Amino acid sequence: MTAISGHFSSAPVLPKWIAPVLLIAFAYGVVPLIGSSYLFEAILLPFLALSLAGVGLNILTGYAGQVSLGSAAFMAAGAFAAYNFNLRVEGLPLIGSIVLAGFVAAAIGIVFGLPSLRLKGFYLAVSTLAAQFFVQWALTKFSWFSNDSASGVIDAPRLSIAGFALDGAVGRYLFALTIVAIVTFLAYRLVSSQTGRNFIAIRDNETAARIIGIPVLKTKLLAFAISSFIIGVAGVIWAFAYLRTVEPDGFDLDRSFQILFIIIIGGLASIRGAFFGAALIVVFPLALSRLGGLLLGDVFDSGVLDMSQRIVLGALIILFLILEPDGLVALWDRIRRRLLFAWQST
Amino acid sequence: MPLPSYALGVMEASVYAPEVLARGLPSALPPAQPSEGRAEPTGLAAQAAPLLSLQGIGLSFGGVVALADIDLSVHPGEIRAIIGPNGAGKSSLINVISGVYRPDRGHVLLDGVGYAQVPTQRLAHLGVARTFQNLALFKGLSVLDNVASGLAYKVRSNFAGQVLGIGRSRGEQRDTLSRADQILQFLDLSPVRDRLVGTLPYGLQKRVELARALVAQPRLLLLDEPMAGMTASEKGEMAGFVRAARDRFATTVVLIEHDVGVVMGLSDRIAVLDYGRKIADATPDEVRNDQRVIDAYLGVASDNEDGAGI
Ligand SMILES: Nc1ncnc2c1ncn2[C@@H]1O[C@H](COP(=O)(O)OP(=O)(O)OP(=O)(O)O)[C@@H](O)[C@H]1O
Ligand SMILES: [Mg+2]
Repeated sequence: MTAISGHFSSAPVLPKWIAPVLLIAFAYGVVPLIGSSYLFEAILLPFLALSLAGVGLNILTGYAGQVSLGSAAFMAAGAFAAYNFNLRVEGLPLIGSIVLAGFVAAAIGIVFGLPSLRLKGFYLAVSTLAAQFFVQWALTKFSWFSNDSASGVIDAPRLSIAGFALDGAVGRYLFALTIVAIVTFLAYRLVSSQTGRNFIAIRDNETAARIIGIPVLKTKLLAFAISSFIIGVAGVIWAFAYLRTVEPDGFDLDRSFQILFIIIIGGLASIRGAFFGAALIVVFPLALSRLGGLLLGDVFDSGVLDMSQRIVLGALIILFLILEPDGLVALWDRIRRRLLFAWQST
Repeated sequence: MPLPSYALGVMEASVYAPEVLARGLPSALPPAQPSEGRAEPTGLAAQAAPLLSLQGIGLSFGGVVALADIDLSVHPGEIRAIIGPNGAGKSSLINVISGVYRPDRGHVLLDGVGYAQVPTQRLAHLGVARTFQNLALFKGLSVLDNVASGLAYKVRSNFAGQVLGIGRSRGEQRDTLSRADQILQFLDLSPVRDRLVGTLPYGLQKRVELARALVAQPRLLLLDEPMAGMTASEKGEMAGFVRAARDRFATTVVLIEHDVGVVMGLSDRIAVLDYGRKIADATPDEVRNDQRVIDAYLGVASDNEDGAGI
């Protein structure tokens, strides 16, 4: 939770914006110079796309308390909508297509968010599965969405922002970074606004929220809309900047769960948490396969990797739910506070 | 007072007298007058029209009769206690007044406008705020943000304006926080302003809930056991705050409380419930000497003093 990052009155308190600004400067100024194409292709691009999806889901689930298993559907909606806007609307800049795609995802989010007005928790989660299956089915069934390509595959257009062409791994990285940075900043502003407070109020006590006059129904649907918008944009990054060729099957229920795990591991109701969780989810399989290959050699083939990945990940999630329900972010804050404290007492 | 026919039998938000809505807004409140002592408002109130009245309220859950044929009138500026043994129907009554429950029979009149069920979603606009018997705070928010949420009903800027910091959102945010800060100061909560509310001791959390209700400067404040589980000195402090709130904001208070000592000192009138029926409705002194009350309630109070009905 954002509010948990406690103050140490005597600690040298840096303005809160310093760390993110330094990080952004590093990401723009240093990483493109030193990064290998493996770093961009295999780590940073999926990390950025999944982080943004995590930010989107966290607004809905972490802040507003509405569980959803439909994230991948909203990613798919975003990706295919952007593809079609770009293909079919003459002269529309790519950024325009992406924003419109976000609105399409938001509209679908509102429709599938309607059950939340009646259902809660487990039942709501099950009803969001409808979005998952419906969107995937529609994209496969109607080949119009993929411009009649075989098996619904779409190819990404050339990337550009404001006329600058962004080619190659570094260009696609900068494209993703720019969008993720802007949307994340806006999301951060949102969760600390009155609307963000309303989300948390509804999550923590819906009856009290209604009594004090928070428009509960409207606020829930707004959470679905904003969350789906952001996840839709994340889907565009996933399809256009990371994979370049996607099919509807790439946005299956596994992907929805992956994003849910990201926010559980990273930290519910925390913008930073989505980035922590996504980093772990992306890096962990790579690290595991390196480690496995090193220790076990040829025995550690892709089948074994896949299985061990699932087992370790499952165990991690259970551990986090039991030991650190506030996720990696809380862990990180605690370690940082310890270090600060140790540093002070010397 | 004749009931406006359009207001009767209203279930969902549909037709409300517009002038009532306008009057319900705290901004439309007359400047708060310091009240002149405890006996005064009661005397005055006897002539003024009641702010709240219940007419023939009946409510049952399955076979359990929670409320039976309850009439009640509360006048502006009054502190009205509702007492009674556990399960007497006190919380149910507050839930009916705040629209959480729909009574099977009868009407609630707020400022002369009758409702079959009070519209919960419009409650804040009608100038009614409440606290809950069991804490109903927003655990994930700071003390300040909890209190600020008590003004959420007035917010007119949309989320886009808030995110971009444009339009009326900036002024609204500033106004909200400064009003919340004033209430925190009033209730001596400023030192814990930025704490997560769940990390506070129970007594302080109760006070934060009062602050969240008070920040809207409601005309009618419903308090369901605001002092439950408190030490004697905490209770005294809380009683002081309730009285100060009435004096400063000219708020009418309906208060449920088990501690008879506190109730006697604080309230202008006391209504006594027993098994869902109102068995007395009088001044503290009269209630103290009422044989039915002694039988029903005060008789058991001695072995029921602490933690009763928490
Ligand atoms: N939502 C409900 N569902 C079923 N029964 C209820 C409900 N609310 C109240 N009751 C019943 O109505 C009766 C009155 O309950 P209520 O909570 O109003 O009592 P109370 O006077 O507030 O008691 P206490 O002092 O214990 O808080 C009780 O028998 C209770 O079990
Ligand atoms: Mg009660």
